[in-house]
Amino acid sequence: MSIRIEKISKAYGELKVIDDLTLQLPSNGLVSLSGPSGCGKTTLLRLLAGLEQPDSGLIKGIEKRIISMVFQEDRLLPWLSAADNVAAVLSSKRREALNWLERVCLPEEFAGYYPAQLSGGMKRRVALARALARPGELMLLDEPFTGMDTDLKENLFPLLWETATRRLVVLVTHDLTDIEALAGQAYRAEGPPLRLREA
Amino acid sequence: MEPGRKRIKYWQWLPILVFWLLVWQLAYTLIGSDLLLASPLQVGSRLLVLVGEGHFWLTAGLSILRITAGFLLGVAIGVIFAVLTARIRLMWLLFRPVIVAIRATPIASFIILALVWMTKARVVIFIVLLMVVPIVWANVVEGIRKTDPQLLEMAQIFGLTSSQVLRLIYLPSVSPFFLAAVTTALGLGWKAGIAAEVLSTPQPSLGSELYNAKIYLETPNLLAYTLVIIVLSLILEKLLLWVLNRAESYFKTHGRLGDAA
Repeated sequence: MSIRIEKISKAYGELKVIDDLTLQLPSNGLVSLSGPSGCGKTTLLRLLAGLEQPDSGLIKGIEKRIISMVFQEDRLLPWLSAADNVAAVLSSKRREALNWLERVCLPEEFAGYYPAQLSGGMKRRVALARALARPGELMLLDEPFTGMDTDLKENLFPLLWETATRRLVVLVTHDLTDIEALAGQAYRAEGPPLRLREA
Repeated sequence: MEPGRKRIKYWQWLPILVFWLLVWQLAYTLIGSDLLLASPLQVGSRLLVLVGEGHFWLTAGLSILRITAGFLLGVAIGVIFAVLTARIRLMWLLFRPVIVAIRATPIASFIILALVWMTKARVVIFIVLLMVVPIVWANVVEGIRKTDPQLLEMAQIFGLTSSQVLRLIYLPSVSPFFLAAVTTALGLGWKAGIAAEVLSTPQPSLGSELYNAKIYLETPNLLAYTLVIIVLSLILEKLLLWVLNRAESYFKTHGRLGDAA
């Protein structure tokens, strides 16, 4: 079932971040949004995640969907190792967590490292592995490639394409080259208030 | 330990100890009255006599038992109150003034009041509890409130259960606040407990021995028991830190995800 965003608006005080936005998202596939910082992309993701409610309008088709997310921040548990951070969303299946870390190109020797011991790019990969590990219908990615070089990103793109065959992946990035490389349904974002046009 | 300073080894404390014993001896000589200040030798020999008596160990043991009971009850009640007041606004509004009032009231007022209400042994437990509850409560409430809301949001998105949120987010977030609270509370609770024993004189107890030493002007006894109280306080603090460190290393070895991990 597809997701339909109908005339949603969201404001923080006087600032209208989203104003009367309508958008149709498929049930699976890759949808990417690129645009400058502060244009309202993250707010749209938070509304899709159900972390915030629109001031007006409706989002149809997200009810009871199992969601996973890479947040703008890593949001890893600082007292758990990389592998345990992934295992935490997998009912403690550590072996599976190690597989996911391998798939996001994190060398096995770093699996036992705590977030504070990892580089920025490594932490993003752990956060991505956690989101991929959770079986769900909607995956929201907010700047998942921050701190990663081009080669590494190119290694991760096939993983996202494969995931997008089974669920809807909504990717937000400020890097246009990511959008071009990933293809899928792409939008250029401007704002606030957020305006989307097909890229 | 002060930042940038090296940890001093146990044997290095010896010359410092000798220095202060010499200062004590000098003060004793200058004052020249056994009634006002006993010499280190007098106190030392009194201590040797005391540790050879079964009554001394019974006295120390019962004081430790009362104070530990009050401390553990205080920690439990402090944590329960903290969880309730942090989660339920009405509970916060109801109980915050009570805790603030307890903190501001002189401990002697509570001791005298408690003497009217309960038996002497219970007075000690009650007073230690009153000392410990506000410290544990305030720290744990702060720990709960400072739990990273972004991690809680993450838990919501990834569908972590309440027990997972407690084990994986709240407990590790609150534990530094809790550890600081219990180490402070133990020291203060110990002192308040002894003060309660002095005023309520349960038999036998370290506090009542202090009281008797004051009544009969036995200065060596007074100082010997004071030294015992200081040493027991240090031992209890070390013991508590050992237990807490063991608990922490257990979590590090076994992980926070349980055996399935």
